[in-house]
Amino acid sequence: MALLDVNDLSVTFARRGQRTVHAVDGVSFSVDAGEVVGLVGESGCGKSVTSMAIMGLLPRRPGTRIGGTAVFDGTDLLGLDDRARRDIRGRDVAMIFQDPLSSLNPVIPIGLQVTEVLARHRGMTGDTARKEAVGLLDRVGIPDPNRRLKEYPHQLSGGMRQRALIAMAVACRPRLLIADEPTTALDVTIQAQILELLKELVQESGTALVMITHDLGVVAGMCDSINVLYAGRVVETARRRPLFRTPRHPYTAGLLGSVPRLDSGRGEPLNPIPGSVRDVLSWPEGCAFAPRCSRRLDACLDETPPLVRTHDGRSYRCVDPVPLPGVVPAQAGQPGTPSPERNEEETRD
Amino acid sequence: MFRFIVRRLLQLIPTLFGLSLLLFIWVRRLPGGPEDAILGERATPEMRAAIRRSMGLDEPILVQYGRFVQRLLRLDLGTSSSTKRPVVEEFLERFPGTVELTITALVIAIGIGIPLGYLAARRRGRLIDHLSVGGSLVGICVPIFFLAYVLKAIFSENLGWFPSSGRQDPTIDATRITNFFVLDGLMTREWDAVADALWHLVLPGIALASIPLAIIVRITRASVLEVLNEDFVRTAEAKGLTERTVRGRHVLRNSLLPVVTSIGLLTGGLLSGAVLTETVFAFTGIGAFIYEAIGQRDYPVLLGFIMIISVVYVLVNLLVDLSYSLIDPRVRVR
Repeated sequence: MALLDVNDLSVTFARRGQRTVHAVDGVSFSVDAGEVVGLVGESGCGKSVTSMAIMGLLPRRPGTRIGGTAVFDGTDLLGLDDRARRDIRGRDVAMIFQDPLSSLNPVIPIGLQVTEVLARHRGMTGDTARKEAVGLLDRVGIPDPNRRLKEYPHQLSGGMRQRALIAMAVACRPRLLIADEPTTALDVTIQAQILELLKELVQESGTALVMITHDLGVVAGMCDSINVLYAGRVVETARRRPLFRTPRHPYTAGLLGSVPRLDSGRGEPLNPIPGSVRDVLSWPEGCAFAPRCSRRLDACLDETPPLVRTHDGRSYRCVDPVPLPGVVPAQAGQPGTPSPERNEEETRD
Repeated sequence: MFRFIVRRLLQLIPTLFGLSLLLFIWVRRLPGGPEDAILGERATPEMRAAIRRSMGLDEPILVQYGRFVQRLLRLDLGTSSSTKRPVVEEFLERFPGTVELTITALVIAIGIGIPLGYLAARRRGRLIDHLSVGGSLVGICVPIFFLAYVLKAIFSENLGWFPSSGRQDPTIDATRITNFFVLDGLMTREWDAVADALWHLVLPGIALASIPLAIIVRITRASVLEVLNEDFVRTAEAKGLTERTVRGRHVLRNSLLPVVTSIGLLTGGLLSGAVLTETVFAFTGIGAFIYEAIGQRDYPVLLGFIMIISVVYVLVNLLVDLSYSLIDPRVRVR
């Protein structure tokens, strides 16, 4: 059984006088123990909201609805009361955020921000907690940890701050770590260091990692399996290699194609996906990606494309997927007919 | 830290110089002079001139100012032209009352304002929020003297819970040392005197606290709402900390910065603004005295008062800056 099983998660924000926003619209994915899973997509695709919903960190406002389940080790995180959720957060499931400066409390020394987790979940106080904190800071590669404990976030560099946040997140050796764009706010060189650190930490402790990012480079370097999100739904799931080698969903293909390559000729145009994430259809009306899709068929605008699962564990939500190399593509204009690709069996989601 | 304090205190000197020169000239530009107040309407020009000469008012204004500064350096603020007593003496007698009243008002405003503003933010959009926001609007709008009269009518004249005037019951034979009645009582261990002095402070304290209370409620509420949306509060929640730790350690402290600043600004206003409250409650403070001094064109008293208020104002804001640096390590003073 998977460590975390997210099933049909949906988050809607309703405000009086405004259109209800389906930020997350039936997202399902699972994470095995020790596995690194990527959630990839453009800004606004619902990846952060997904993680916040799992952590129970979405602001409780009237009009915010969360549906579906997120079963962690047999418990549905979404069904927990506040107290039980606080017991799990930081102990079994921890999270790292995007902007390390604003994510740290500016008026509290780093030391206390680390030891408060230890005190809360591991009952450590005083000198024991301080020693443990020193060890943690040392473990995440912060030099001179004894001195750093007394310092404040503004006295640390960007990379150090993120390391400190990671130290707080792994303080109780969680079984699942969610990292929401942990390197977006950092320099490229620091990014690599932080990713390397995360990789080491999860490998040596067997922690499962959910990596939320828009950066395919990050995904390529770290993730075992990847979920591509678009407009609040998973549009493609695959292991890392197949996904990069043969993306099936046109959106995945577009994402991969839009990454600038160093070996492309000078003056060669970039290949962005046309349009923006705002040009979406709502899922019930058809494929949300259809307005931007180069492979669009009439059928794409008729109904939600079903999730197609292939026997090799991949799945995608597209009626006219990018063909596998060496296979005759499906006939245009005949959606719904059984795919000519022999190795696929179609299951409706 | 020490150098910061010394530098700020040194800054006080040019401030006081500039301010005193400005006001020295300005006060003398007011129509009429102390001689009019003393002699009345029927005085002859000769009598006026004689009085002016005896007060040294016939000399060039810069010479007068020079004398004022000379005396000031010896901490002598001159003699009041209306009471004929040294200004310093008058102040030592009256200023403590005003300070006690101001401190009472501040304690009430801070003690109620911060918790109420915090609660309003936590229960945003609920009844307590609407009540405190609406109430603070009323607090700002209702004139102090009106509120003072209402309080006096209800709680002292009708219900008889509090004394209606004065700083202490005359039947209590209290020892006077500093003229801070509460402090005197504490020093001499005359507990009944302490209780009575505090009792006399309640109603005027509430009246004077109304506006700063309203301001503190609003600033605290806005500040807490802002901090609740900060990323580091989300981090604290993600750590699984108890709600109490999140609120107390992470939200409240960060919310206090703007509140502390506003308290510094309010204190100066309170000291000089206690006039109306003191009048209604016949409270022997500096207020009524200054009011009279304006009518009497009592230059030494007016100038002395402004000098003292400026010093207090600078000192209070120095305290604010110091406490700011205690709360926020990013503004550590150098």
